[in-house]
Amino acid sequence: MTSLPAFSLCDLEGGQHSFPNGKTSLLCFVREECETCHLSLPVIEAVHRAYGGAVHVWAIGQEDNQKLRDRHQATVPILDDTALKISFSYQVQIVPTIVLADASGTEILRWEAFHRGDWKDVIARLSQLTGLPEPTINWDQLPALRPGCGSKSVEPGTFERLAAEAEGSPLRARQIEIAERDDPYEFMFDQGLTDGLPVIPPTPERVIRMLSGTRRDAQEVVGTCAPNYAPVTIEKIAINAVMAGCKPEYLPVVIAATEALCTHEFNAHALVSTYGPSPVIVVNGPIRNRIGMNMGINVLGHGNRANATIGRAIKLILRNLGGLRPGEIERAALGSPAKYGACYPEFEERSPWEPMHVERGFDRNDSVVTIFSLEGSPHQIADQTSRTARSLGGSLGLGMECGWHPKTHGVGDVLLVISPEHADTLSRDHWTKDDVRNRIQEVTSRPLRELLPTEDYGGLGAMPEQVALARVRTPEQLNRLIPKFKSPKNIHIIVAGGPAGKWSSVINGYGDSDVSVPVSRKIEEIMQ
Amino acid sequence: MKILDPTDERVPVRRSLAARPEGIMGIVGLLDINKARGDVMLKHVQQRLNELLPNVEVKHYRKLTPARPASDELRQKMLQECDFVVEGLAD
Repeated sequence: MTSLPAFSLCDLEGGQHSFPNGKTSLLCFVREECETCHLSLPVIEAVHRAYGGAVHVWAIGQEDNQKLRDRHQATVPILDDTALKISFSYQVQIVPTIVLADASGTEILRWEAFHRGDWKDVIARLSQLTGLPEPTINWDQLPALRPGCGSKSVEPGTFERLAAEAEGSPLRARQIEIAERDDPYEFMFDQGLTDGLPVIPPTPERVIRMLSGTRRDAQEVVGTCAPNYAPVTIEKIAINAVMAGCKPEYLPVVIAATEALCTHEFNAHALVSTYGPSPVIVVNGPIRNRIGMNMGINVLGHGNRANATIGRAIKLILRNLGGLRPGEIERAALGSPAKYGACYPEFEERSPWEPMHVERGFDRNDSVVTIFSLEGSPHQIADQTSRTARSLGGSLGLGMECGWHPKTHGVGDVLLVISPEHADTLSRDHWTKDDVRNRIQEVTSRPLRELLPTEDYGGLGAMPEQVALARVRTPEQLNRLIPKFKSPKNIHIIVAGGPAGKWSSVINGYGDSDVSVPVSRKIEEIMQ
Repeated sequence: MKILDPTDERVPVRRSLAARPEGIMGIVGLLDINKARGDVMLKHVQQRLNELLPNVEVKHYRKLTPARPASDELRQKMLQECDFVVEGLAD
């Protein structure tokens, strides 16, 4: 038996009615706009006239209560719930909703819409309880069943507002009042909360709606976000996701990416660097299709809401929680457009190979984010002439050699986005991803002597490991072949892009593989 | 309109500067954060210190990588051993 929420509401004359108050009560939630409520009101009125002395019979009106009373010349108290807080706390979804409660305020029964049988049962029960005769109601003129209408308390926007204002609201973040004459968009610019583009104001209603995208507790801390190492709650993620323009169904992706962002291995602290790296997120698994991500034409570009806003949400989290603001602790000399956000799905259905998340130990049906710390901007490698995997693999290697600096070898993680047409060329010769990786390492391997800085060019030696390497100049060492990447495993490959076009893209890495390690996290989805 | 605060809501801690001594004496730590040529710059700093303040002792410290904060261990070590620290920061 459910103990119902207590309330105190006024009727149209201003008289106060409190529940519970030691009497059996029949609470009838109605709204003027609902014809089924109008159908029900004469019955409610008759029940009130029959038992009103012994039992509280109340109509609880959600709108235009005076109009409702005038139409029916009702004497039953119509309590004012135009604020909808009681309808919300009683979880009223449909009007009319009829609730019978005992003297202690415990729910005995409840139904929605108009049910002749339920009305007859409750009247019989009230007669038995009070010893009073049943009212005369012409049941033949009433239908057996008539569907009700949606409660005003569950209308879009209203429900979220009520949830935000209700006792037990999941929201704990500080509320900021924007003055009526202030433009909220300008206000958020002025407060330094945006990335330079307008953001959606994170009203409590919008944040509540965003939180419907996860079952996780809004106050759960998923990690601490560098460089300020601020605690990041699900609520704060949701607020920034609203600002970025995400839909609630994207939230699980943003949460998983934030978890990955906050790991020691990923080391978001490194994003302050003058080098200007950005987090780049790859999404794998079924969620890509469920939330409508674009993995085809212009995949690395603009135009898709999920791609654009998930990446942007991560950047806003870094800014607003991590404190990563350019010119302050973020010191990128140049930066890149990816600083606005970078999130790409793999076109698994168009790939001849295992998708990246499976390579990284997940099940194909898992949805997974992988976060990289990369230069950000894709560098396109054109090869319209290769007809063999060997030739194309060689081109990809040469194209990738100029990352960081052509003579800087032994670098860390890089993301190679192979287009479908290029993937076809490679798979026709039955090449695996490892064959591609090995070919890249093969064609980029150069003796150390060719990589040393000269009077004409700089070169190897930007990173600590390479400084050490370049210092030892024995003949053996000078002839030692050094491939572009520290290990083939540092070459991360996905397939994505439009159906036509013999181009692939490389997103160059941070350089030093020890600084930031790509991190994957499984996405916890709400299955509808 | 009400909006929810997207920041961490922490009031920034205002750190006061350490008291300035009248002169430099004791031990000066030089922290190389492991950026390229940071060691070269600190070598010059040491030379100048030796010239200007011959009574000052210089100790060298090094971070494993410039991209992560110094470990607690290293910070504690410098705190215990040094009166002053010069850090070769960034590029």
